[in-house]
Amino acid sequence: MLQYRPARLTTALTCVSLGLASATPLAASPNLDDWQAVREQARGQTVYWNAWGGDTRTNGYIAWVAERMAEDHGVEVVHVKLDDTSTAVSRVIAEKAANNLGDGSIDLIWLNGENFAAMREHELLYGPFTEALPNFALTRPADNPEVITDFTLPTEGFESPWGKAQITFYYDSHELRGDSDELRGDSQEVENPPGSIEALLDWSRANPGRFSYPRIPDFTGSTFLKQALIALADDRQPLYAPVEESDFATITAPLWDYLDALHPHLWRGGRQFPNSGPELRSLMGAGELSLAFTFYPSEPAAAVADFELPASTRSYVLNDGTLGNVHFVAIPFNSPNKAGALVLADFLLSPEAQAHKQDLAVWGDRTVLDVAHLDDATRRRFTIDADSPAMLPPEALSRTLPEPHPSWMTALQEAWQARYVAQ
Amino acid sequence: MLLRLMPTVVLALLAGPILAGVAMVLLPAFGHLPALGGETFSLAPWRELLDQPGLARSVSISLASGLITTALSLAAVLLFLAAAADTRLDRWLHRAVSPLLALPHAAAAFGLAFLVAPSGLLARLFSPGLTGWERPPDLLIVQDPWGLGLMAGLVIKEIPFLMLMSLAALPQLDAPRRVALARSLGYRPTIAWLKGVAPALYPLIRLPVYAVIAFASSVVDVAMILGPTLPPTLAVSILEWFHDPDLEKRFLASAGAMLQLGVTLTALLVWWGLECLARRLGRGWVVNGRRRGGEHWLSLTGRGFLVITTLTAGLGLGGLALYSVAGFWRFPETLPTTLTLGHWQTALPLLGGPVTNTLIIAASATLLAMLLTLATLESEQRSGRRIAGLSLLYLPLIVPQIAFLFGLVVLMETLGIRARLALVILAHLLFVLPYTFLSMAESYRCFDPRWTRLALTLGHSPNAIFWRVRLPMLLASLLTAAAVGMAVSIGQYLPTLLLGAGRIATVTTEAVSLASGGNRRVIGVWALVQAALPLLGFIIAMGLPRLLWSNRRGMQGAP
Repeated sequence: MLQYRPARLTTALTCVSLGLASATPLAASPNLDDWQAVREQARGQTVYWNAWGGDTRTNGYIAWVAERMAEDHGVEVVHVKLDDTSTAVSRVIAEKAANNLGDGSIDLIWLNGENFAAMREHELLYGPFTEALPNFALTRPADNPEVITDFTLPTEGFESPWGKAQITFYYDSHELRGDSDELRGDSQEVENPPGSIEALLDWSRANPGRFSYPRIPDFTGSTFLKQALIALADDRQPLYAPVEESDFATITAPLWDYLDALHPHLWRGGRQFPNSGPELRSLMGAGELSLAFTFYPSEPAAAVADFELPASTRSYVLNDGTLGNVHFVAIPFNSPNKAGALVLADFLLSPEAQAHKQDLAVWGDRTVLDVAHLDDATRRRFTIDADSPAMLPPEALSRTLPEPHPSWMTALQEAWQARYVAQ
Repeated sequence: MLLRLMPTVVLALLAGPILAGVAMVLLPAFGHLPALGGETFSLAPWRELLDQPGLARSVSISLASGLITTALSLAAVLLFLAAAADTRLDRWLHRAVSPLLALPHAAAAFGLAFLVAPSGLLARLFSPGLTGWERPPDLLIVQDPWGLGLMAGLVIKEIPFLMLMSLAALPQLDAPRRVALARSLGYRPTIAWLKGVAPALYPLIRLPVYAVIAFASSVVDVAMILGPTLPPTLAVSILEWFHDPDLEKRFLASAGAMLQLGVTLTALLVWWGLECLARRLGRGWVVNGRRRGGEHWLSLTGRGFLVITTLTAGLGLGGLALYSVAGFWRFPETLPTTLTLGHWQTALPLLGGPVTNTLIIAASATLLAMLLTLATLESEQRSGRRIAGLSLLYLPLIVPQIAFLFGLVVLMETLGIRARLALVILAHLLFVLPYTFLSMAESYRCFDPRWTRLALTLGHSPNAIFWRVRLPMLLASLLTAAAVGMAVSIGQYLPTLLLGAGRIATVTTEAVSLASGGNRRVIGVWALVQAALPLLGFIIAMGLPRLLWSNRRGMQGAP
């Protein structure tokens, strides 16, 4: 009796699969030399775009993109909202494991850094394709290497730039300046927020429990470690090569000394850390922290508009600059709607889409286009709206530090956990 | 004939995908996953796992949370049921069970966090007046390293579950007469219930208790909100490894998933040992003849516990509701400075599609699950013996979802099945079926056989007995099981996302992806929406028996 069961199971499942499987032919790869043909092919396709869905403003922008794509290109765009990009990566791996080489369920992924490096290494991406996108030239990659470099790795045309992020600190000016009668206003020193990693330690000593960073291995938290390491390391050069090529212990020694000194003065005495970047923002809103940072320069202003942060919120960048990077979109190797995905990636690079994205009322994510080289009329669309005092002045973001090699992130994460977990 | 094959069909349909899923965890745990370049078998993932800092602590907290949560919830439920009299407070507590059960775990956890956090509602209520706090105090309350916050959050949710399971099983025990008999022998009411009813009730709710142990030792979402962080519980660590952009970590995560399976099994084994111990010690207590020892204290504890957890959950829910309409809300203000409907206005236009999908999926999965459950149980009744291997049904409850679903996706992809909606329903069925089964099984199996015999002697066929005696008399359990099934289906995130390839948006997929943005106001809105749907199911489950059997007092089932 028992030995028949597996056979029966297979029969049952085969019946199901015969009944339900749709025999989609493998979609022909688009001819990248003929953009007009790609557009023709794209018409009528449905593009499933897997993108983090944790922000109502981002979601709203993607909904707008979907509308415009339907109007202009006859492509239906469906936003698959993720809580974590790795869920989409899982899906692609599962499809590859099942030998699904031409009929995948994901057509475009929003990603960068480690996720890109990993997908590229395991050959899960389609490309190179960026050179074929007519709007890609507007980023002027020759002058702006950041649009073709992702955490020091050349993108080699396997992902198309979409927006820019940079570590931005923010604080409640009301509280730091101390001009509120209900909060203490005894010191002039706290008037200015700390402008460097070293000053942050002094500031934390003077304001114990009012700052923290997300728990490693969180992305934002790990970026704080890199930021601190860049500021504290005697020689930055090794950080831009694989970590194996340098003496990790010696280079990172100043970082651990710094963190050992900093932790007792952090929120919860450094015995606990917030889970994520968004949680930092929640804690700021609840008044548990006085100083925090984010990867998205427009986040503080957007949070003020959403009543999450007080109107007295102000943003700034450290004096020597902060880490910044570009985020991208990529096409999985087995997407059946590559033409549609290409047209979408190109639309995302159009001045119209880029300007709309930069509008603080929409999302506030900064453009990857080389605005200075656009024609006058187009350039005017990119004037940054400085109405919100919580918004960073546009010139502040010129002080951008490049991301170290991705292997440093992993090494720092492991070292941090070995040092501070279960102490 | 068809009925006799049912158990086999159920096992074949469900065990296959489950075992395939588990195999897909087992292989990478030993280094085999060709899609990521793992061609050979090795112990490297296990060595890496054992090298993880804080692993022992993660494991002990998972284990402790499984056992302590269950012990506390069970004790609270039994003591309350023992002490409950027909007072207004008790009726009110009974009624609060369903809304609490409908509240998604994550929403309850957020509610608790919003309540007791240093910047939470309670602190605001007493600040700065009583406490003098102008700012939130720097206290380690939620996410404490000992997992107390986590256990508190779980207890709040597990008490209603065990309560509902007990209430569904109680009618068969004829508790009032047992208590009356014991009281006629001079036992005080609470002691009479604990000695006369509880020992007979426990076997009926044993499977739900096991499910609580499995759930509490492997829960992810509640642990992320309330659990310790340095290190987090094992299940959360596994999720982090699976989510790590470094794809090599998936081998480590798979090994971790197998370890989690071991931890959950260990927790079950320890509990089983405690059961044996309790049986031995308890027997002496039951028959020691003492009729009043601790009566007052026991009844006070039972009620006190219930009042506190119900109030906490209620206040937490209130906190969520408040956040969902809050403008800016500075500490220590008790109420938001301004109120706004903006968060709801953003959410409402997005609700239509997800709500429809959610209802279609939940209704189909629950209907299928109920049919399979009833067919299996009825076939078991008629053949007169328990079916071996049914425990495989519980695998989805103890294997971490993220690990086992990956295998399922690979299986379905290999078979070329692309019917997304059907797949999602099938995947939900895997998680709904264990719950409907464990909600129904014991009441079905313990259904007084004399009713059946009586009907047989009156000349009715087994089919007629099923339709006209068993089903009507078990209606309350049946509807309760269906409501639990609906709630389970509505709460599924990963199965919906992975098997639907992200193309089927439900209320929960929307809620979870938005919650990752950490906006408390948005979380408040979606948690309320997410709680409203299952609540509907419970209201129907509670109301229908009363409506149908309004002329039969003994058939109205769970109060």
